[in-house]
Amino acid sequence: MAAWTDISGIRQRIADSSAEEVTASYIETIGKSKINGFTTVSEEAINAAREIDANGHEGPLAGVPIAIKENISTKGLSTTCSSKILQGYVPPYDAHVIEKLKEAGAVIIGKTNMDEFAMGTSTESSYYGPTFNPWDMDRVPGGSSGGSAAVVAAGEVPVSLGSDTGGSVRCPAAYCGVVGLKPTYGCISRYGLISYANSLEQIGPLSTSVADIATIMDVVAGYDNRDSTSINRENTYSDALKDDVNGLKIGVPEEYFGEGIDENVEKAVWDSIAKFEDMGATYEKVSMPHTKYALASYYIIAMSEASSNLARFDGTRYGYRVEGDNWHVMASKTRAEGFGDEVKRRILLGTYALSAGYHDKYYLKALKVRTLVKQDFDKALSNVDVLMAPTMPAPAFKIGEKIDDPLSLYLADVNTVPINLAGVPSISVPCGLADGMPVGLQIIGKHFDENAIIRAAYSFEQNTDHNKARPPEVE
Amino acid sequence: MVYENPDGVRIGLEVHVQLNKLNTKLFCGCSTEYHDSEPNTHVCPVCLGLPGSLPVINEKAVEYAIKIGLALNCSIVEQTQFHRKNYYYPDLPKGFQTTQYDFPIAGEGRIIIEGEDGEHVVGITRAHMEEDPGRLQHMGSIDRSKGTLINYNRSGMTLIEIVSEPDMRSPKEARRYLDKLRSILDYLDVFDGDLEGAMRVDANVSVHWGERVEVKNISSFKGAERALLYEIMRQKNHIRRGGEIVLETRHFDEARGVTISMRTKEEEHDYRYFPEPDLVPLRVADRVPKVRETLPELPDAKRERFMEQYGLGETHARALTTEIKVANFFEEVAAKVDPKDAAVWVSDILKGELNYRELSIDAFTVEDIVAVVELVTANKITEKSAVEIIRTVLDDGGKPQEIVEAKGLLKVEDDIVATAVDEAIAENPEAVADYLGGKEKSLNFLVGKVMQKTKGRADAREAREKVLAKLNE
Ligand SMILES: [Zn+2]
Repeated sequence: MAAWTDISGIRQRIADSSAEEVTASYIETIGKSKINGFTTVSEEAINAAREIDANGHEGPLAGVPIAIKENISTKGLSTTCSSKILQGYVPPYDAHVIEKLKEAGAVIIGKTNMDEFAMGTSTESSYYGPTFNPWDMDRVPGGSSGGSAAVVAAGEVPVSLGSDTGGSVRCPAAYCGVVGLKPTYGCISRYGLISYANSLEQIGPLSTSVADIATIMDVVAGYDNRDSTSINRENTYSDALKDDVNGLKIGVPEEYFGEGIDENVEKAVWDSIAKFEDMGATYEKVSMPHTKYALASYYIIAMSEASSNLARFDGTRYGYRVEGDNWHVMASKTRAEGFGDEVKRRILLGTYALSAGYHDKYYLKALKVRTLVKQDFDKALSNVDVLMAPTMPAPAFKIGEKIDDPLSLYLADVNTVPINLAGVPSISVPCGLADGMPVGLQIIGKHFDENAIIRAAYSFEQNTDHNKARPPEVE
Repeated sequence: MVYENPDGVRIGLEVHVQLNKLNTKLFCGCSTEYHDSEPNTHVCPVCLGLPGSLPVINEKAVEYAIKIGLALNCSIVEQTQFHRKNYYYPDLPKGFQTTQYDFPIAGEGRIIIEGEDGEHVVGITRAHMEEDPGRLQHMGSIDRSKGTLINYNRSGMTLIEIVSEPDMRSPKEARRYLDKLRSILDYLDVFDGDLEGAMRVDANVSVHWGERVEVKNISSFKGAERALLYEIMRQKNHIRRGGEIVLETRHFDEARGVTISMRTKEEEHDYRYFPEPDLVPLRVADRVPKVRETLPELPDAKRERFMEQYGLGETHARALTTEIKVANFFEEVAAKVDPKDAAVWVSDILKGELNYRELSIDAFTVEDIVAVVELVTANKITEKSAVEIIRTVLDDGGKPQEIVEAKGLLKVEDDIVATAVDEAIAENPEAVADYLGGKEKSLNFLVGKVMQKTKGRADAREAREKVLAKLNE
């Protein structure tokens, strides 16, 4: 039976029974799941829970089950990026975030489905097949962290980790009606996160409550000497859990309400902004003129980095291999069979964008646009505290609807990718329904000002009941 | 004297130096002491390029790179950045090599060598940092092997690639450049050049000021000289037959001593360089003053000082300063005996004996050479005996004093020589008469007799003087 419980509720249940019992009940729920959100359920989870019981429930997450996206390395637990090419790959080491979670007593309950190598907006490109949206089994859960969002929405786990390269935490959070945070670039160590586009991606938590997001952030954020881009900074995210937005200045970028926006989505977001006004905040419209170039810039940079990052998957050392008479044949056949269409498309486009003769025309130009997009954010956020906009321009689409039309799929990311280009933090919180499907409100903050957006999201959550809406499909 | 360079030869060298004296690799904490270890035992997620691993720069490696740059009189860049050089090869675990592209840590510099016509300046274009790939071992020959084994112990070792201008005009100058480079690096104590793969050379060669050809995979200095000699001859012959030299890359086959074409310009790789997103740009300018303080006295400066301080000639000073270990050895000896004697015995004699046996200066002790020099200068043994002692120490071991006694090498006492002289004169009246009659050669005969009687232990010069004195009485 699905049970939507937040971390404090879980901790109470553990105190009343045991971590073992709680873990076992979640594993039972997962076993009955119809949404295909998990790729692997950890056989070690019960043992880990028993150990936590034996040790007297030490640590802020003692016994709390957490699901991890298929692209975050977990020692001894399959980590395949939902790709055939990494079939059978079991990392010999834990990602930084996994070490931190284990230290805090969390139980790694399993791995979640995703778009292959985090390339997608629908979790349809997984080698394990699509994940279904718990709100409507005919619809996608969003991507690429679709599994991580769907399992939380379905009550199969209280919290999960995803990764966000161009909206991959916020998009499925919006589509599945849960909370998802993309932290500032450098806020969480990427050590152990299998790279798709290094300069853009961050690990981010998903849950049904903003408080849980802050709790997870308190555990996983911080400097790691194994990631040169991680930043040493003291921050307590739980301190931001205050129901108070009096005097908050909100900027509403008009470019985020552009062509193709669903009118119900637009309405839900404006209603939310009005709610913030009721709560004592003010808003003004702001302009971010380079938004229209962000998508092209994002895809060129992401694909360029991906073409290089994915070069290591050649069948030589681990994962899937197709034998051949020599190394060239072996590697080519392995890559031809091991990667799916979307991954191949992006590797080829990225290779093209970086190649001599096109490097300046595409890659360098994309970097220049990135700088302009960053300046848009600096400028907009110099006058306001946070920005608010729809996370996704429309609610979750039907499975198969866009699979043969990659360009229309890329267009869905229009409101999320500029945030990754700029490296600023952004949270998506449920803010209503459109045609019975969840809508996400995106709250964007200044660099390392997670506390401002957590506080705004928390206040919104406390003063509305959007986050209490549960999918009808799951009992 | 001006060297005319009749064949219009231009040689530029790219030398890969492995900084094997760093304790850890360039981007991870793995130990660099893998040379005698089982394959794939000095590896971690980072140097294996496992999914999710990230590089972190070794600060000590940056310091060493600056040190090398300064020693080669290079400018040091304000801020450096690593790039990815993308290409496929099984020894490259990530499918790209992390290297430096448009911001190499060290810019233009120069090295002075002994050229064809005296001192010759070779320009340094740049020196940059990069990571070493793993090593492939083919089961059987490369073209017919049943399988290939990969050892990633070497993967991620710090390399400094030192690129010269095409300023060398003969294989001999190229060799001198390499020797000088090795000498400077030894002085800096940044690597152990005797370890396998510590210095690897690629060469650019052109003749008649024409198009250059790159010769790759040269693994020794001797190999470099041979490869260059072959390649220059090949290019000259090719032109003589009416051929044209095209830009291409050739492989040096060490066993056969020939170069073989690998690829032409049209087949050049497109490496798709772009900045490594996992390594933020690195400020180096602030570190330079501190590193400069750690720079030791370098070979050229030491040579000048040896000439000045010890009154040595240029040849001795050069020979004694090429290797830092020899220079230090000499200075210890010179502190105990006359520096000029020390120079002769260390440079001319001891080094000759060591070279012959392919031994380094470590094979002999300062204490022993001092003992030998003191025995000679105190006139207790002959120079010939001294050489014999050095050889015995090297071949059979033992201390000089013991060897002198065991072999009875002490010069015989005067009375024994005097007795031998008396006997020789008494036993050979004809020779005495011949000498007194003006036959100079007879003196040699008599000296020979003295040497025979003393079984060679007398000093020949001394014997001669004594015979003369006796005859002139
Ligand atoms: Zn390593």
